[in-house]
Amino acid sequence: MLKVKDLAVSFKTRRGDVQAVRGISFALARGEILGVVGESGSGKSVTSYALMRILDAGGSIIAGDATYSGLDLRNATERDMRDIRGREISMIFQNPRAALNPIRKVGHQIEDVLRQHAQATKYNARTKAIEALKAVRINDAEARYEAYPFELSGGMCQRIVCAIALACNPRLLIADEPTTGLDITTQKAVMDLVRDLIRERKMSSILITHDLGLAAQYCDRIVVMKDGMIVEQGDPKRIFIEPQHSYTRKLVDATPRQGESIRSLLPVEDRIDIPNHVVYDAPLLEVRNLVKTYQGKSGPVHAVKDMSFKIKWGQSVGLVGESGCGKSTTSEILVRLMDATSGEVLFDGQDISAIAAKDFAKNPLRSDIQMVFQDATDSLNPRHTSRHTIAEPLRQLGKMRGAKLTARIEELATLVGLPSALLDRFPHQLSGGQKARVGIARAIALEPKFLILDEPTAALDVSIQAVVLNLLVDLRAKLGISYLLVSHDLHVVRLLCDHVIVMKDGQIVEQGPADIVMNTPKDDYTKTLLAAAPQPPARRQKAQIPGGNPC
Amino acid sequence: MTDISTQKTTRTQGKFDHLIYVLRENPVTLLAFIMFAFIILSALVGPAFVPYDPLETNASRALQAPSWKHWFGTDSVGRDVFSRVIVATRLDLSISVAAVALSFVIGSILGSIAGYWGGWLDSVLNRFLDTIMAFPLFVLAMGIVAALGNTIENIIYATAIINVPFYARLVRAEVNIRRDAGFVRAAKLAGNSDLRVLAMHIFPNALPPMMVQVSLNLGWAILNAAGLSFIGLGVRPPTPEWGIMVAEGANFIVSGEWWLAVFPGLWLMFAVFTFNLLGDGLRDLVDPRKRT
Repeated sequence: MLKVKDLAVSFKTRRGDVQAVRGISFALARGEILGVVGESGSGKSVTSYALMRILDAGGSIIAGDATYSGLDLRNATERDMRDIRGREISMIFQNPRAALNPIRKVGHQIEDVLRQHAQATKYNARTKAIEALKAVRINDAEARYEAYPFELSGGMCQRIVCAIALACNPRLLIADEPTTGLDITTQKAVMDLVRDLIRERKMSSILITHDLGLAAQYCDRIVVMKDGMIVEQGDPKRIFIEPQHSYTRKLVDATPRQGESIRSLLPVEDRIDIPNHVVYDAPLLEVRNLVKTYQGKSGPVHAVKDMSFKIKWGQSVGLVGESGCGKSTTSEILVRLMDATSGEVLFDGQDISAIAAKDFAKNPLRSDIQMVFQDATDSLNPRHTSRHTIAEPLRQLGKMRGAKLTARIEELATLVGLPSALLDRFPHQLSGGQKARVGIARAIALEPKFLILDEPTAALDVSIQAVVLNLLVDLRAKLGISYLLVSHDLHVVRLLCDHVIVMKDGQIVEQGPADIVMNTPKDDYTKTLLAAAPQPPARRQKAQIPGGNPC
Repeated sequence: MTDISTQKTTRTQGKFDHLIYVLRENPVTLLAFIMFAFIILSALVGPAFVPYDPLETNASRALQAPSWKHWFGTDSVGRDVFSRVIVATRLDLSISVAAVALSFVIGSILGSIAGYWGGWLDSVLNRFLDTIMAFPLFVLAMGIVAALGNTIENIIYATAIINVPFYARLVRAEVNIRRDAGFVRAAKLAGNSDLRVLAMHIFPNALPPMMVQVSLNLGWAILNAAGLSFIGLGVRPPTPEWGIMVAEGANFIVSGEWWLAVFPGLWLMFAVFTFNLLGDGLRDLVDPRKRT
């Protein structure tokens, strides 16, 4: 149905031409779901844009052929392409909110595409649009027709985008990271829906994703891309069990799975013993009846309702929940950037919730409680070099200057594995993994006793996530820090934490030792979360990984 | 650790290298900087090099057309227009630079406070700025100069006051969007007080768009000062100043002596044009993201 042969795409930039895709070939059969997997910069999105001929300015197909049902996509006129887009081939984009026009009702946006392709007239457009909404299983479609994108949740917006993409019954659906940024249960709902619709309508589909586990679960065949080239393709199970190419093996290893240790995320040669970290049976942090209520427009919003938990010295605790469950609010309160409405936070026996957040900067405890932020890019000042960023807490709280400061920065850079040549770079000159390292170096600069990790790997590629998680394990053993890992990814929490707290709607629904909660969950919500996570096929049993289970 | 080893280890260049890079990258910026250098040069050393004393009258050579002797001709009392135009650069430039600097500082402080703390302070400041902007700005400037007195300092104050709202608004918006950014929270965790976070972390990030505003404003401030002088509310004759020269020259256009108004007008246009071109270059200069 779709045949791509030696396709190459190049972009004109200030520093000459950059080849984003270098001669890839693949074929897609009718009714097949093909997964295109690769890390950022591998050219997977560019490939799909090239097929749709919607490359950014400066980008062009320089070689190869792409034929769709006998039609040459490379040389088709813009007029023909306009006809094909939406009716024959349609696309679901990464960020559903950005893909929808914020100031138009979603119903009208569906009508647009229907009328563009003469699938509806002025008179029956509304009915057809509502049908399209019903097809993606939106409850109360008549009412949703009138909604604006901002009134809908992320998952709902993605359903609308699906409705638009499927409105004209296309034969091929290209989904570009359709669930990035969605909660894990929403991800499952959206993916299940897309799969069912594709099967029902006997369509073909290309699923572009960085998540090998997700691709394995939903695709018939997987293509692995690296640096604009296809390194391997085949059956998902086969790829997981017997990866041929070294890069595929690295990706497969880095994908977290049940029953594996954190070291097994790394390539075989880097799997050294997991250092033990000591947990003392004395509470470092004790949270009692924590409550946070905001004053919203329509009455008070209860972000955190009566939470109590303890973190022991040296213990790593995972705080799990979906967006809006109050986990970020809780971590902001614990790190003293926000004041609680009521409740106590005892840090080493001292009630730190009694100290106002705005005065905490001058408190001696400031250097004991630090945080690694979710988005490494956002958390680094674009005007400061890495050196400046890491120096900031040392100067302000550690009162270090001159040679001592320089020496400490170099020491920290070595500790987090950041080459010292990168210390004089600005954030935009660093890669995602390097920025994460700078953020971690800054957080551990003053050797805090308690470190909050707010989704530290959410924005990273899996192979870099593997390296960062292992770094965190090493640092924990070396420095004896207690972690509170805030995350929505249960696999990651399982790998790093001794104890897990599951949160929903501002309350703790379940907590306990990590392996108990993960293997024998008691609460229904925990079970739902665990079931929603993609389950990559298990690896073929290999030699015992040294170090055993970290938990 | 492959994510690091593949990276080239280039070091960040110095400030001067960056300037050269910005100039080479964009020919328009290069042109703007050359024009700017010319204006600065005529302001600094112009008065020492002009062929005639700009104030010296000579009835025998009144109203002569441009010639090799008098490039821009002479005016009704026989003063050399070229000398006057060049000498006026220093005065016009100092008025606009002083006025813009003043409004930059005041606007930045007000805007930062409003954007960072928000609340009632923000509302009060915003309504105050709205009030200023609700006046026809030139009329407001006229009013201020008329009330305070016809001196150069008062022209500067008037020009500064009518410009403050633009800076304050810009800074407020830039500060506001960064108030809860990750790096701001990180700076607080590093023990910075609110004031320090605002001054050292948030405000510098507002500089690139501010530079565009500064540059456009410099041109605008020159026009404003010339405008005030044109209607007789600014620099007083016989001091050479582009606005007065245009005003005086305007009387002679009907009788055919076009050079009296055209040359100071051209210079005024040249200066404003330069500053308008300069904006993008200045922004690139203060934006570290351009240093790659």
